[in-house]
Amino acid sequence: MYIYDQHDRQMLNERVAQFRGQTERFLAGELGESEFLPLRLQNGLYIQRLAPMLRVAVPYGLYNTAQLRKLAHIARHYDKGYIHVSTRQNFQLNWPRLEDVPDILEELATVDMHAIQTSGNCIRNTTTDQYAGVAIDEIEDPRPWCELIRQWSTFHPEFALLPRKFKVAVCATEEDRAAFKFHDIGVELIHNDEGHTRFHIHVGGGLGRTPVISQLIKRDLHWQHLITYLEAVLRVYNQLGRRDNKYKARIKILVKAMGAEAFAARVDQEWQKIKDDDNTLSEDAVNRVQAFFAPPNYEVLDDSSCNRELASQRLESNDFGRWLDKNVQPHQKDGYAIVNLALKPTGIAPGDITDLQMEAVADLADEYSGGLLRNTHQQNIVLADVKKTDLFALWQRCDELKLATPNLGYLSDPICCPGGDYCALANAKSIPIAEAIQRQFDDLDYLYDLGPIDLNISGCMNACGHHHVGHIGILGVDKKGREFYQISLGGNMGREAAIAKILGPSFGPEEVPTVIEKVLDVFVKHRHPEEQFIDTYRRVGIAPFKEYVYA
Amino acid sequence: MPDLSELSQSSELSKPSNLIKDNQIIDNDWQIIAKDAEFSDVKLSIDDASGQLLLPLALWLEHAEQLKNSKTIGVWLDSDESPEPLETLCESIPVIGINFPVFADGRGYSYARTLRDYYNYSGDLRAIGDVLHDQMYFYKRCGFSSYLIREDANAEKALAGLNDFSADYQAGSDESKPIFHKR
Repeated sequence: MYIYDQHDRQMLNERVAQFRGQTERFLAGELGESEFLPLRLQNGLYIQRLAPMLRVAVPYGLYNTAQLRKLAHIARHYDKGYIHVSTRQNFQLNWPRLEDVPDILEELATVDMHAIQTSGNCIRNTTTDQYAGVAIDEIEDPRPWCELIRQWSTFHPEFALLPRKFKVAVCATEEDRAAFKFHDIGVELIHNDEGHTRFHIHVGGGLGRTPVISQLIKRDLHWQHLITYLEAVLRVYNQLGRRDNKYKARIKILVKAMGAEAFAARVDQEWQKIKDDDNTLSEDAVNRVQAFFAPPNYEVLDDSSCNRELASQRLESNDFGRWLDKNVQPHQKDGYAIVNLALKPTGIAPGDITDLQMEAVADLADEYSGGLLRNTHQQNIVLADVKKTDLFALWQRCDELKLATPNLGYLSDPICCPGGDYCALANAKSIPIAEAIQRQFDDLDYLYDLGPIDLNISGCMNACGHHHVGHIGILGVDKKGREFYQISLGGNMGREAAIAKILGPSFGPEEVPTVIEKVLDVFVKHRHPEEQFIDTYRRVGIAPFKEYVYA
Repeated sequence: MPDLSELSQSSELSKPSNLIKDNQIIDNDWQIIAKDAEFSDVKLSIDDASGQLLLPLALWLEHAEQLKNSKTIGVWLDSDESPEPLETLCESIPVIGINFPVFADGRGYSYARTLRDYYNYSGDLRAIGDVLHDQMYFYKRCGFSSYLIREDANAEKALAGLNDFSADYQAGSDESKPIFHKR
């Protein structure tokens, strides 16, 4: 992973000192609430329903065990002993005291962590594939590019006060796991016919109130121009994005209003003026960053003998076999595997992890996966470099820690925002809905029969639970002070991106599991053998679902 | 927050100065003329060069031929006024103000960079309006050279904000090079 040098540390320490000063001036009444607001947001601090929430940045989801242990310590000493993995690969603390935040940031800085630009109308954390560097369908490791974007966007003086938040995702795989078509900018890495790195730049995607799939505005951008081109996009947006209405302020509205072609032309006009300036990347600069992400010293292992051993271990334990099938992914390197630690056991808020679990997971990462971890946007944790010969032992340890539920990608592994239990923006609770569905569908064999289904739950229009792109999406709404839930179907966040269609009038919380059951009944009735939910939906459309659910 | 349309022409100069330039607080000898002013209101001062005035963009543009080489007349842009019309005219303007009606409206940063980087404007670029301590470092990096701190804020303290950081990741309109060139 990228290792901080003296420049990064210096800036980080100066940032901590700056925010300490700002907090002190706020608490002393020298800084007004509205003036403090964007400052605290750009340091990750929200004021929530019951307490502040501090969102800690995990650049492109990658972190090490020293950082995880520090987070466990912070969760224990400054919070209630647990932390939350967010849908943008960050960590969130739910109960810090505002007065403590400068101290927390100072502690985080000791392990090169921070909460910079995790909120506010600025360029947020750049996200990518959680399997970056080890995925078998990867064109090239996207993380060096993410890191270069991180450096460019951090404390960018011109883009600290944009019309609205701004999110960048990088996709470098055949299957899109970064949802790049739903980001303000989606950077799609390709290799051209000569095998050289180029980028397709997609702009104007997003979820929220107005879900939009992004549009391609630049093909085959040479890698050396990545930063200058992003800068040109941001410069156009900063000047022309709407500032009169926060619901119309995202770049997606600007791109729609101008039309993608006109927007692209305007960006190009801007870009021509800066394309060879100081921000142009050099081979040296890229090589230096790429070196941080060089593969670890993998052992030479015989894949087929590893697989034979796994086959016999399967016979010993059916549960291990299920975990192997569902939570373990293939790796680029012979004899290695990618392991997902499942943070969705029934009864726990999806994505939550305790201080003790964090410390145990850090031990596992040190022991089995080179001391590195990744957060996924599905709110699970990945150990990316596990020897197949270690899988059985690792599974046993995960099972003891309740991190081995073999449900990755199935209905009981929902993406779910913190919702009305925590969030001041929420119209409705989301965690109890997730739990009710997990309880209703607790038969793993039935879930496996149904096949992979993305269930995404948001407690409000802001769509942190990505409900628009769930195969089944659930949106909490407020109707005259009561919580209701709108069901939508057919969303998809991969390359075949789709925005879900609303099924019909919303339901009370107690009805939701039954409605989901009815939706699944329709699926099963119309399904071709082995067909996945999303494919059946695409074939038969929403009508039969609507008809049966509202019959 | 200050509403420049309501600034009376005399109030500005009578207050203790909140103008920062060259790392110090100096007397503010430039008067900001409100957006709805008529040319007749300022004609006398212009003709006898008796005061240094920042004219609103539209008014300045109407009289650009007469004003573009004036040493005592500058121009200010509101946050919804792009500097584009100044591209070929700005060279000799002594001061260009960019207004931040609220500090959270960040358009002015791009305007400043446009003037500095594209139009090579080398005069005094002044942040005016809701100009505060915590944005000073950003102003500086985007090419501003003077800062008229909001009148109820403490300019002494704001001055410190110019030095919040001692290194930068990316190129700006200042001298900083992107960090990847330094490593």
